[in-house]
Amino acid sequence: MIELSAVTKTFNAGRPNEYPALRGVDLTIESGRVTALRGPSGSGKTTLLTLIGCLARPSSGRVRLEGEDISALPERFLAELRLRRFGFVFQRFNLIPGLSALDNILLPAYPLGLPYHDLRARADALMASLEIDHRAATRVDWLSGGEVQRVAIARALVNDPPVIIADEPTAHLDSRLSLEFLGLLGRLKDAGKTIVIASHDPLVFETGLPDRVADLRDGRIVGVAP
Amino acid sequence: MKSSLRKSTLAMLVLAPALAVFFGAMADALSQGEAADEAAMRTEVAAWGLTDLALFTEARYTRHPTQADRHAAFQDHPGALEHFPSGALMPPPPLLREPAGP
Amino acid sequence: MNGFARQRYLLDFTVASLMRRPGRNLSLLLVYTLVVFLLASAMLYSQAIKGKAAALLRDSPEVVVQRMEAGRHALMPVSYLERLGRLRGVAHVEGRLWGYYYDPVVAANYTVMAPDRDGALPGQARIGAGIARVRGLAPGDVLSLRGYDGRPHAFTVAEVLPADSELVSADLLLIAPADFRAFFGLPEDVYTDLALAVTNPAEVRQVARKLAERLPDCRPILREEVLRTYESVFDWREGLLLAVLAGAVCAFLIFAWDKATGLSAEERREIGILRAIGWETGDVLRMKLWEGGLISFTAFCLGYGLAHIHVFHAGAPLFAGVMRGWSVLQPHFALTPQVDALQLTTLFLLSVVPYTVVTLVPVWRAATVDPDSIMR
Repeated sequence: MIELSAVTKTFNAGRPNEYPALRGVDLTIESGRVTALRGPSGSGKTTLLTLIGCLARPSSGRVRLEGEDISALPERFLAELRLRRFGFVFQRFNLIPGLSALDNILLPAYPLGLPYHDLRARADALMASLEIDHRAATRVDWLSGGEVQRVAIARALVNDPPVIIADEPTAHLDSRLSLEFLGLLGRLKDAGKTIVIASHDPLVFETGLPDRVADLRDGRIVGVAP
Repeated sequence: MKSSLRKSTLAMLVLAPALAVFFGAMADALSQGEAADEAAMRTEVAAWGLTDLALFTEARYTRHPTQADRHAAFQDHPGALEHFPSGALMPPPPLLREPAGP
Repeated sequence: MNGFARQRYLLDFTVASLMRRPGRNLSLLLVYTLVVFLLASAMLYSQAIKGKAAALLRDSPEVVVQRMEAGRHALMPVSYLERLGRLRGVAHVEGRLWGYYYDPVVAANYTVMAPDRDGALPGQARIGAGIARVRGLAPGDVLSLRGYDGRPHAFTVAEVLPADSELVSADLLLIAPADFRAFFGLPEDVYTDLALAVTNPAEVRQVARKLAERLPDCRPILREEVLRTYESVFDWREGLLLAVLAGAVCAFLIFAWDKATGLSAEERREIGILRAIGWETGDVLRMKLWEGGLISFTAFCLGYGLAHIHVFHAGAPLFAGVMRGWSVLQPHFALTPQVDALQLTTLFLLSVVPYTVVTLVPVWRAATVDPDSIMR
């Protein structure tokens, strides 16, 4: 469970281009469910996602992860949390070009220093379940759109994190790939993962995947349903 | 499970020949005692009172850089950096420039 | 061990990322190796030849005394020998007879010596291997040279000095003292200079000072000065070489600087991704340290090893010209392979450390950027 209370985030504070991205957000994200953040671009979805995923600290307010206040932790500990608790699927997926699919998938596991044999077995199993095992040695630049998103998901899952964070994952996909992606998220939800997704793609909400939808506008939550 | 070579293993495969060359050079250098030819040359140096290497034989004034003689450009400065002291960019250390003797 | 596995993973990533631009990184490695090779060759050559000079001349005369006339080198009357022999601290004095002979046939200078002991019998000559080579002489042949008076003097070659001592004897022509005087027209009562042996090597400077007092028109040359001269000569030549190489080194530095500091937007984004998925700043730095270290260490090992082969086993074809110059009577010699810890450390610090640091600085700046930057 992740709780945010009275969270604000201001970029470039004290400078002429000061920009308040979040202006006081209260939100509870329950474990094992899919929470969607909805709103137009600039509404603060992505910023909120970075706070939930420990990528950034709030300017004020509290973020609690399983009851522990993480809003003031030093960056080292946040990195550790990102590593073990969260799997990230970015907009455009942000794979590292030039590396093979396998190398990309293994990346988040490197700082943990697990025995290679175990790690490789886990990655192989993941790739098999996502049906990309035949592409393991291929450079990600040469993969198809569908394969790229599967590699991105495999990378998010390689450390077996309890929470998956997805930022506008369908923004650059056609409907077929978007549906396929949402189907994969559904499988993860069934496997007990907590999923937080930021999107303004109607398709995401039409599939009925999200258990809860929080609507954002101008850095505030304007409605949560149900 | 398809097992391919790990990249770090590959790196070691590249580094290994480089290390081999390096340590080969080390071993080669460290295994040398006094060169066989050196003993013979030292005997000659001692027997005939040689003072210089036969490296610069091109002119009389360069053959014995350490010995002044009638033709020497190199008369008074065994501490100078070149055959022609004035050709050096730096003066010899002060210790060597002190007037010798009383 | 967890830490080891972790480092190995970082190395995995480094190599994978280097292999994305194999041509570029391979050429960097080659140029880097070449620079280390050139620097190491220059350093090894000068070190080896200085070592050689020091080893060979360890037994040269402790003091050589020259007489001066109007500030110029002059011949040494035999009577000076008597005056010196009574000087305290001098164990042994010997008059030396030596000079030069320019041989117009081959346009080379010979060093003519007439050692008292172990010289040559009258009418005979022992010649250095260099002379034997340029004149095509073998034992038993007759070498005819024009004396001071224009008349030919014939010497029978009794022996060619061993080829492996060429470094000190290539141009030597050893003849008997009487032949020497007849050949150069030198009176019986003079020597070229005197060679002294002292009883206590620690007192050599005091002996030299007393000597200068007793023979005011003479000048002592100490063995330590001889050794220092060779040190200086080769230091100077090494410096010359390094000055020439400095251009190449600078070009490489600019190249490396550009490669290492010019962190592209793409690399920046990569570091952002790594940070976002949970790498610490330290992990990113360690990964880059592996990258810089791997390239520079490989280049160092290869460059040094190749320089060793170049200098000690291939005769240093690139540098021999600068380091030992040119002459008609060039001695053939091999340098003894050696390693100097200080020199090795200097080269290591000069080649591996700067590159690695130059790689790290920009990455350190990039790695401290907020990890959420890639999501903005």
